Amino acid sequence: MYRYDQFDARIVAERVAQFRGQVARRLSGELLEDEFKPLRLQNGVYLQLHAYMLRIAIPYGQLSPVQLRCLAEVARDYDRGFGHFTTRQNIQFNWVALKDIPDVLEKLAEVEMHAIQTSGNCIRNTTTDHFAGAAQDEVLDPRPWCEIIRQWSTFHPEFAFLPRKFKIAVTAAEHDRAAIRVHDVGLHIRQRDGVTGFEVWVGGGQGRTPVIATLVNPFVPENQILDYLEAIMRVYNRYGRRDNKYKARIKILVTELGDAEYIRQVEEEFAAQRAHEKIDMPAEEIARIHAYFSPPGLAEKPAVSKHLESAKAADPAFARWTRVNLHPHKAQGYASVTVSLKPIGIAPGDATDTQMELVADLAEKYGHGDIRVSHAQNLILPHVALDDLPEIYAALDAAGLGAANESRITDMIVCPGLDYCNLANARSIPVSLEVQKLFADPAYEEDIGRLHINVSGCINACGHHHVGHIGILGVDKKGEEFYQILLGGRADEKAALGTIVGPGLKADEVPGAIHRVVEFYRTQRTSKDEKFIDTLERLGHQPFQEALYAAD
Amino acid sequence: MPLIKNGAEIANEWTFVPDGAVLREGGPEKGKVSVSLARFLGLKQGQENGPLPDGVRLGPADTAEDLEPYLSELSLIEVDFPRYTDGRGYSQAQLLRRRYQYTGELRAVGHVLRDQIFYMHRSGFDAYVTRRAGLSEIVEALKEYSVVYQPAADTSPPAFRRRS
Repeated sequence: MYRYDQFDARIVAERVAQFRGQVARRLSGELLEDEFKPLRLQNGVYLQLHAYMLRIAIPYGQLSPVQLRCLAEVARDYDRGFGHFTTRQNIQFNWVALKDIPDVLEKLAEVEMHAIQTSGNCIRNTTTDHFAGAAQDEVLDPRPWCEIIRQWSTFHPEFAFLPRKFKIAVTAAEHDRAAIRVHDVGLHIRQRDGVTGFEVWVGGGQGRTPVIATLVNPFVPENQILDYLEAIMRVYNRYGRRDNKYKARIKILVTELGDAEYIRQVEEEFAAQRAHEKIDMPAEEIARIHAYFSPPGLAEKPAVSKHLESAKAADPAFARWTRVNLHPHKAQGYASVTVSLKPIGIAPGDATDTQMELVADLAEKYGHGDIRVSHAQNLILPHVALDDLPEIYAALDAAGLGAANESRITDMIVCPGLDYCNLANARSIPVSLEVQKLFADPAYEEDIGRLHINVSGCINACGHHHVGHIGILGVDKKGEEFYQILLGGRADEKAALGTIVGPGLKADEVPGAIHRVVEFYRTQRTSKDEKFIDTLERLGHQPFQEALYAAD
Repeated sequence: MPLIKNGAEIANEWTFVPDGAVLREGGPEKGKVSVSLARFLGLKQGQENGPLPDGVRLGPADTAEDLEPYLSELSLIEVDFPRYTDGRGYSQAQLLRRRYQYTGELRAVGHVLRDQIFYMHRSGFDAYVTRRAGLSEIVEALKEYSVVYQPAADTSPPAFRRRS
C-alpha cells in the first residue's frame, strides 16, 4: 500500500498544527462558530445530536494493521470503545470531545492517517472496489489512480469551497463494486490499444434527488485524466447552483443544462487549457505511486486446499461462511474474505476496539498486512490462502465476527439515523435490526441468496436506499416515524433507482412486509440461481407490491 | 480597512466607484479607480463615456474571460467574495493568473478570512483587504503549509516535481 514520504508526512503534520490553532481560536471565541464550521468540516468534525463526531479518512478503503490498531486505540481512549465504518470507506467516532480532537489527529498522523476533507463542500475521499488488487475480474488495480487523485485533490486551492460536497469513485472491473454511477464523478478504468484510460461518468448521486450518472467521455487517456477532472471541477465550481443547498450538487447542474450542453461546456473548458496549465505529472511519479501497490508475494498453492475441505466437512457453519463470505482471487489457492460487521443485533458497520485489533492481527498473520473497508460497511482481508481459512474463521467467530452474510439480506447498509444524526427524521438502526431478526437463520438467509437492503433515516439517503434491491426510507409524518419501501434499485454496472411502492409503513409493520416480499420471490424464482433483483426485473414491481401490502 | 500585500500592510490608493455613481476625470482624490466588469466593458465598448479606469472589480458570477483582451491595460483586479463560502472567485483568479498570465495586482475583497488566505494565495491573489485578520495572522496563514500536491497559480512546485 502507499506509504508517506517526507512530503506527505509534512502536509499531514502541518494540517494537525493548523487545526490545533483553529480549535484554540474557536475555544477562545476569536473564531465564530459560523466561521469555524467549514474549517472543522473540512477536517471531518461534525456537531451531532449528542456530541462532536470525528470522521477519519481511509483513502480508498485501505488500512494497514498498524493503522487499524491505532483506530482501535482511538475508540478505546477517546470514544466509547467502538467505531463506525461508513459507506465512504471511512470510519467515524461519535463521542469525541472537541478539545481532544487535535490530540487524536496527532496520534493518527503518526500512522499516516488524517481527517482531511472527510466532510465539507470539497472533494471527499475517493472510493474504489474493496477487492482492488485481488479481484479476478479487474483489468488492473485501480488504487494507484485513487492515490494520485487523493494527492491532487488534497487542499486543491481552487476547489475548497465548492457549491456542495463532491465524491469520486473508481472501478477497474466490469462488475462495478464501487457504485460509480451514483457518484458525482465515476471513473471506469479501461484499456484501449494498449493505452490505459478512463471512462468518465458525471452527475450521479443519491440524496433527495437521485440521478444515475451521464457518460461524459468514453475514454480519457491516463496522462490527461487530472486535467480533465480539473475541467469538470471548474465548470462545476463556476456554474453549480449556490442559491439552494438541495440543488447544489453537480447532478443538478448536469440535469438543468442537459447532457449535451453540459458535455460541451466541459469539453470547451478542457480544450481551453493551455500547455502551461497542464498538470503534466511525470511518468516516473506515476510509476513511483504504482510501485507501492505491487501485488503481495503469494506462494504458489494448489487450487484445492485439503485442510480447508476437511474443515468444511467437519463444520457446516464454517462451510456456509466459506460459501457466502469469500470472493474469487486472482491467484489460485487464495481468496478475499469479507469480515462481516453485520452480526445480528449490532448497529451495522460498528466494530469494537478489540474486534479491530483482532482483524489487524489476522491481517498481519494471514493476510499480507492488507485490510479494506467496503462501502457496504464491512472489513475485507483481500489476500488470504485457502489453507488459513479455518483458523481465521475460528478467531473471527469467537469475536462475534463470524456472520456468513456478505451481500445477503442481513448485510444491510444503514445510516446512523435519528439515534445519532441531527438531520434524520426517523431511526434506521432499530428498524434494520428488527428486519435482521426475521432472517437470522443462516440456512434460510443463504437460501434467499444475494439481496441488498439499504436503510436511510431521511431523504438525504446516507443509507443508499435508492440503490438497495429493497430500500427503506424513514420519514416523519406528524411526529410519527413511517417507513417507505422502495424496490428495484441497484448500484452496480446496471445501476438503477428504486421506486417507492406505496404508502409508508409503521416501524412494526416493516419486517413483516419485507418478509412477504422475500417469500413471494422464493415462490416465483425460476431456480436458486435467479437472484431477487432478477426475478423482480422479470416480473415487474406489481406482484411484489401486492405481496408487500397483503394482509396477514 | 487594512490592505495587505506582499507581506506588508500598505495604504489603499484605490476607490471602487459603484455602478451609477459619477466617474470624474481624474477620479476621486487619490486618483485610482476600479469599476464593475459590466461598467468597464461598457466604457470600453463606448456604451458609456468617461475616463477609463485601470481597475476592475469582479463579482462571483462575472466571466473572467471577458477581461482577457484588456489585461495589459489593468493595474488592479479585485475579486469580491460576498460570502467566504462562495468559491467562484478562486476559479476567476486561476483563470486570470494562470491561463491569461495577468501580472497586475489581484486583490481579494469582501468576506476575506484568515483561513482562506492560503488558498487565495495559491489561486493567484497577492493582496487582501480584510478587517478580520491582521498582518501577522496573514503572514502566519501563508506559512502553514510548506508542501503542496498540485500546480496552481503560485510558484510552489507540487510535491511530484520535488520528488523527481
